[in-house]
Order: sequence, then C-alpha cells, then structure tokens
Amino acid sequence: MNSSVIVFPGSNCDRDIAVALEKLQFQNKMVWHKDSSLPKSDLIVIPGGFSYGDYLRSGAIAGKSNILNEVVKAANEGCLVLGICNGFQILTETGLLKGVLLRNKNLKFLGKDVNVKTINTENKFCNKYKKNQILKLNIAHNEGNYFTSKEHLKELEDKNLIPFKYCDEEGNINEESNPNGSLNNIAGIFNEKKNILGLMPHPERMVDKVVSNDDGINLFTSLLD
Amino acid sequence: MKITNTVVEKHGLKLEEYSKIKELLGREPNLLELGVFSAMWNEHCSYKSSRIHLKNLPTSGKQVIQGPGENAGVIDIGDDDAIIFKIESHNHPSYIEPYQGAATGVGGILRDVFTMGARPIALLNSIHFGSPDHPKTKSLLNGVVSGIGGYGNCIGVPTVAGEIKFNSSYNENILVNAMAVGHAKKDKIFYSKAKGLNKSVVYVGSKTGRDGIHGASMASAEFDENSEDKKPTVQVGDPFTEKLLMEACLELMKDNSIISIQDMGAAGLTSSSVEMASKGDLGMELNLDKVPCREENMTPYEMMLSESQERMLLILEDEKEKDARKIFEKWDLDFVVIGKTTNTNNLTLKFEGKIAGEIPIDALTTKAPIYDRKWIKKKLPERKTQIKDLKKIKLEDALLKILSSANQSNKSWVTDQFDQMVMTDTVQKSGSDASIIRIHKKKKAIAVSVDSSANYCKAHPLTGGKQIVCENWRNLISVGAKPIAITNCLNFGNPENSKIMGEFAECLLGIKKACEFLDFPVVSGNVSLYNGTNKKNIYPTPVIGGVGLIQNIDNRINQYLKKDGNIILQIGKNFGQLSQSVFLDEIYSIIDGPPPEINLSNEKNNGLSVLKLINDKLVSSVHDVSSGGLLVALAEMTFKSSYGIKIDRPKNLSNLMEHYFSEDQGRYLIEVKPDNLSKINNTLNENNIFSEIVGIVQKDYFEVTGELKIKINELCKANNTWYNNY
Repeated sequence: MNSSVIVFPGSNCDRDIAVALEKLQFQNKMVWHKDSSLPKSDLIVIPGGFSYGDYLRSGAIAGKSNILNEVVKAANEGCLVLGICNGFQILTETGLLKGVLLRNKNLKFLGKDVNVKTINTENKFCNKYKKNQILKLNIAHNEGNYFTSKEHLKELEDKNLIPFKYCDEEGNINEESNPNGSLNNIAGIFNEKKNILGLMPHPERMVDKVVSNDDGINLFTSLLD
Repeated sequence: MKITNTVVEKHGLKLEEYSKIKELLGREPNLLELGVFSAMWNEHCSYKSSRIHLKNLPTSGKQVIQGPGENAGVIDIGDDDAIIFKIESHNHPSYIEPYQGAATGVGGILRDVFTMGARPIALLNSIHFGSPDHPKTKSLLNGVVSGIGGYGNCIGVPTVAGEIKFNSSYNENILVNAMAVGHAKKDKIFYSKAKGLNKSVVYVGSKTGRDGIHGASMASAEFDENSEDKKPTVQVGDPFTEKLLMEACLELMKDNSIISIQDMGAAGLTSSSVEMASKGDLGMELNLDKVPCREENMTPYEMMLSESQERMLLILEDEKEKDARKIFEKWDLDFVVIGKTTNTNNLTLKFEGKIAGEIPIDALTTKAPIYDRKWIKKKLPERKTQIKDLKKIKLEDALLKILSSANQSNKSWVTDQFDQMVMTDTVQKSGSDASIIRIHKKKKAIAVSVDSSANYCKAHPLTGGKQIVCENWRNLISVGAKPIAITNCLNFGNPENSKIMGEFAECLLGIKKACEFLDFPVVSGNVSLYNGTNKKNIYPTPVIGGVGLIQNIDNRINQYLKKDGNIILQIGKNFGQLSQSVFLDEIYSIIDGPPPEINLSNEKNNGLSVLKLINDKLVSSVHDVSSGGLLVALAEMTFKSSYGIKIDRPKNLSNLMEHYFSEDQGRYLIEVKPDNLSKINNTLNENNIFSEIVGIVQKDYFEVTGELKIKINELCKANNTWYNNY
C-alpha cells in the first residue's frame, strides 16, 4: 500500500509516522508542503506538529497551503486520508471534516496517556480492532476540545461517524474520563464516506512495546487489507 | 553621547574596569564600543569571578570528545555515535517574565546543541521557586511551566525529566535551568573556531529586533525593587522559527560546507562574532548595514547588543555559499553575508560606509578582567536537634505528611504539560530516578537526570557539592545505566560577598572531588551569579545534569515493584542521621546541623555492584534512597505498581524516625526474587558491601509491622494531591 506523509515546516511527528508506516510495510513517501502534486497514494497522512507555527489558529494557514488543494482533490476522489492531532485540526480547517478543535478545557497543554474506546470498527481504518475495545493512546495537544453544531453532532452519532471516544480504564465514557472537554468525549471522527479520519490521540506513538504499547498498530494494519 | 561615570555604571561596568578598557584601547571608547565591552565583560559571558575555580574541574576522560569551552560538551557512546549536551540558566529573565524567560531558556540551550551538529533528542529542566505561600510563586510556576512546554512541545523535542523545588530563598529570584541532549555522528561535529582569511561570515535565522538588549548584563546584576522595569531586556521566543533554523542547519550539516558555526545567545551578534574570531585567532569585519532588522532605524549599538532569538552566525567554504543559501531559502529564513574574516585581530564594525567601532578581539576575551575574589570556608555545622527532645509523631502521619508536601509530591501536574513522547524513543518518562531515551533505530539508550540539593549545599558546601554528583550518579545507575559525564549549572548569589564566594568555591571543590573519584567528568556548564534581591542571596544551588549509557535497552530497569513474594534488600548502611533531612524540615520546620556525610569509596563500590547485579539480570527493580529516606523510597516503589510491601520493623531500634527517615547516602533498594538471593549475596560479599533485608513485596498494602498499614492507593493519593489543591 502506498502512503504519503505531508510535511509542513513545523510538523514534528512526521518522522514518527513514517517510522510506523514503514514498520508496518507501507511504501511511504514524504511530501513537502511546497510541492504542487502528490505521488500516487492509497493513504495520505497529515501528521502532528505545529504546521506553520499555529500562530493564527491551529492548522489555519496549513489549511490554505498548495499541497492541501491536492489533498482535498484526492480525498474527494475517495483516497484515504488520516489526520493526527495537528493533522485533524488542519482537516477541520479545510472543511474535509466538520467542526473545530478548541483550547483544552483546563487551558493547558496535555501530554499524557489516555484511555480510548473503539466505537465503530466497521470501516477501513478500524476493522482489526474489536468493538468497545479500550486502548491506551498518547495525547499531546493544546487544542483538542472538539466542538460542532448540535445538528452535526447528532449526525455524527446517528450515522456512526465517531470511531473513538475518551473513556476511563473500565470503559466508562463520562466527564471524568474526558481529558480536554470534547463534545461527547469525541477523540476522532469520520467524514460521511468514512474515507477521512481525524483524531487527536497519536496511534503512531503506540507501535513499539519498548517505548509504549502496540495499541496503535491495528489502525494501520486495518488499512492493509 | 559623552561617556560619564553614570553611563559606565549603567552598562554594569565598574569604574576600574572602565579605566582598563581605556588602557586596552589607548583611547576612550565610543558608546557602541562601550556596549560591546559591557556585553563581553559581564559576569555571564566572561566568567570573571568563576573562571579560576572552574579550571580545577576534571574535564577529560576516555569517552570525552569535547569538554567545556564549546557550545556544548560531547561524549562518545560507542559505534559512531556521540551525545552532545549542556545545561544553562535563564533565572533572571524568568523572574521578570516567566513564560518568555523560560521559553527562550529552552530555545537557547537547544541551539547550543544543534549548532554542534546534533539533533536534539531530549530536554530536561531544574526549576526552583519561592515558598508556595509567597504571592508571586503560583503565577511564576504557571508561567515557567507553560513556557518550557510551549517551546519544547512546538519544536518537537520531548521534555523527559526534571526537578521542581520550593524554598523561600528563591522568593525574589527563581531558578530556571534547562538542559538539552542531542545525538550526532562522531565524524560530523561542528565547532565555533573560525578558519581562513576573507571567508564570508553569514547571518542566518530570524531578523534582529530591539528585544533583549543588555540581557546578559541584566543577568549579571542583583535585582532590586525596580526589577519589573527590566522587562524589555527579556527576549521573546519563537519556537517555530527555531524549528526551521534547526532543520535548515541540520540539512546544511549533511554536507561539508560549514567551517565554523556559532549561535547568537547571550550578547547576540557581539559574543558570537568575537567567539569565532577569538578561537580562530583572526579578526572579523561586520557590515552592519546588512544585518536583517525587524524594526526601523536600528542603530549599530542596538544591533550588536540585541538578544533576539533564533539566529546563527556561520563561516562557509567559498564555493558552498550558493547551495547553503538554497537550503535556508527552502526553510524561509534569512541568509545574508554580513562580513568576512580578517587578519587584523580586530572586531571592526562598519555602518553607513564608516567605521562605527573597532576593538582588538583579545581586549574582549583573553584580556578581560579575571577576579580571584575573597572567599571564606564554612565549618561543618554541629548537630543541634536531638530527636528525643521533639514532640512525638506517628510513623504513618509523618510519612503521609512528607509524601503530600510540595517538594515530595508527584509532579505530573507539571509533566503533563510537556510532550514527553514526540520522536517516539522515550523509553522511560519523568517520575523515575532517571529517564531513558533510545538512540533512534538502535538497541542502546542513554539515561538522563538532573539533580540538586540546595539545603545540603547551604549547610556545608563542600559536602553538598559531593552529594549532588553522587546523587546524580546513583540515579543513572538505578535505571541500569553506566554514568559517563555531567554538565553543571552553578546558581549562586553575589560573588562580591566572601561568604557567597566561599559557597561557590567549596561546592565546586566538592563537585571536583566526587567527579574525579567516580570518573564522571564535567563536559559543559554554565555559571549564574548575582542570584538575589537587595542583598538577600539564594541558597547555593549547583545543578548537575548527568548522562549515562545503557548498552542494551533490554537491561534497563525501573523502581516499580514487580511481584509479591519478592524480597527488598537495602544496599548501603543506615546511620540514622536526621540533620538537614526532609523529615525534620517538613514535620518540625527544623533545618540545622550537617548534611549527611559522603563516603566516595562506598558510593562507588555500592553503585558499581548494583550496576553489575542489574546487568546480570538478578534484580527486578531498583530505587535509590534519597530525600525523605528509607520509608519514602519504599513508598515510591509502590507507585505505578499494584503491589505494596510488608516491612519488618527491626528490633532494638534506638529511634524509629531516625531509622526510617535518615538521609544517609550511598543507599539503594533492590527487589529480588527469592531464588536469586544467594547469588546476589555472593556478589555483595565479594565486594564487601553491606546489605540487609528490609521487607517483602505483598499485594495491596504498605505496612510496617506493628506501626502502620495503608492501602497503596491511599499512599498514591496522598502523593498526588498537592498540585491539584494549589
């Protein structure tokens, strides 16, 4: 499977995602933000980091960059797109995913391992996970507090477009287990066709037991089938 | 502008120093030249009070590639890998403007490391605040922590370890020390020494603004009631630009185009150009009209003294300029030739077609003043407090009070604001004796830790100096690493006071003795003096940042209990010494007497034996006994584990508190499987090491027979409350 990782000058998880993809047998290419075309890709990843410094608003300038036009085109043609952390923020800025990511409810950067429950596993990204599985994933963000309109939130729930929600160790989804204030404990969402996934936790940090665990592996191996 | 005595003093120079300047120049300097002198001759850049003591430190060793004197120290960790690291203070700016002060402290130390060709792989910090009740402490804590995180998180280097301490001696002068660790290939290390005549001097990075003018001079003076006015001397950080600068420099370094490279840190363009020329025994001519400026109408004086961040000076091979420019343009950074090397041995500053200033390089460097300041020795204080005279307290109450105190409590409120995992090689995060970072795509790893013990150093600087080195050494060993070398950040008060100068001299002597004995050289460091306000000095606070090597990552170990039925052995002797202990401080607010004694030979013997046991895979967990003593160390082993310990209260104890809370040094706790006990005892006996069984791992409860029994989650809760309630 061919993957492309978009690299902005302030991306800082680009190497980590490339290591994970290569480890899991993707044929990966790095694509510089000033490039005007994409290599042939089955999967496009927008990695975490601070794209252009995130001074205006996380992902705001990246959402208007050259290469993003190509990503939007590819996404609309059905290419799989994965946005992690800053990548999720950028996807909301382009409109590929609806909603916004606000400052965390405690107004502080949050860097820690959290529990995440798999809600929808019947899709290309999550089919190797069991439903209601509790994963331990790392988060590292200032703006991970997902917000959207009431109508869209209802649509997300009704159409089963929320693959991941924050939970506690027992799997309870409630305010205590919500690290950043996201609506309905949302950790990640799909677009309607489920070819675009944006999530705040970093699955690429969870593919090596020496460093953490391997709870992130299935997200990538699911795509290989 | 006429240079009056007031102008001289405003530049932080003494009148006798000004006379020396006139003598060296053979004339009066103009204002620009005076500014350049003040930037180079202040304490921060010239080390004029500390230099004669620093030269006694051991700085070489089998694994040392580069000792002090460069941007950072370099050690050899085998194969073709080198580790480059340094710690630096940003105390004064952080007190005036905590967020930017701390952020630019991180930025500055990162530049020191990638300037030498290393990709930074870890950040650490040591931060000291005033008493928690002091009205400024809370906002300073918030600002500093978010500043450290703001910079490191954005640039994408994990902040993996650190220490946070509170003590009223820092009420008006906090300490913010940041350490960076990078990885480079041994044959790709870059230095600041200029070489060759008429070589282009290139300015890269951010534009120069009016921020941070006189920053280094500000950091070389005590604070007074007008410290707030110094805000404009604090630099403003832009981690995104630093990220671009780092990537551009590392990309350029793949090729052999750089002759010399120096970051613009304290004293900006002045110190970087002088440093490069001085090391190369050359002159340098700068055309200041070419300096990229952020603001209009900047004067040569402002350009030379600005401490705007994220800037570098390079000297390139002639034919490589075009390729280098392309790289910096790719990263949208300025790349401007602003001067050339000369054979005049002068720093020549041109502006609008005229020479605006000209100073012999050696007048700024080797001929700068050096002081052998008066210092007095401190006698070992006598033990005053007798435990039997104090009001009795229950063991359980004492333990819970210590675990829930500001200084001993869990620091995750702080560390959760840092990205500890980016780069995905952080094998052990903060909260343990030392953190572990894997060398990318390799089987080996480094362990890192920062340590200080200001109370001990205040009580007896010589012992304190030894203790901090030993403590750091022990922390590295406790995760299975062989200690290699250290960097130090020497935070002290006003050196013109002979008592303070004595604290400096004796702490340094202690550091020297311990480093020599343990074969643990100092490869880089930084001195920060004049920490105090209105004659009130901080406690002497040298901070040690150590690096150790774990040859095989599978041999790493941590402090968390593994299985019920395992035995806990204490290595090293407990003499029941309570003076200067956390126990007396937290329970009775008593700080007196001598710090615990350091026996270097026991320290080395115990440490190396524990390391052997770890490498022979005979132990299940290891933790060193440090502040708080035995009971606190045992409690810490239960955190992040589902096990407790049943501790046998020894019979015939003269005093329970002395036994459980003494801070006698050179001690470790090891968890061992019963089957391994005899093998372990053999090793320990062969090396004449004292050990005793202190308890057995059990489920759920932390227990001292006949004295206390607490559920481990209660213990953990006590340890986790302080920050959330602050």
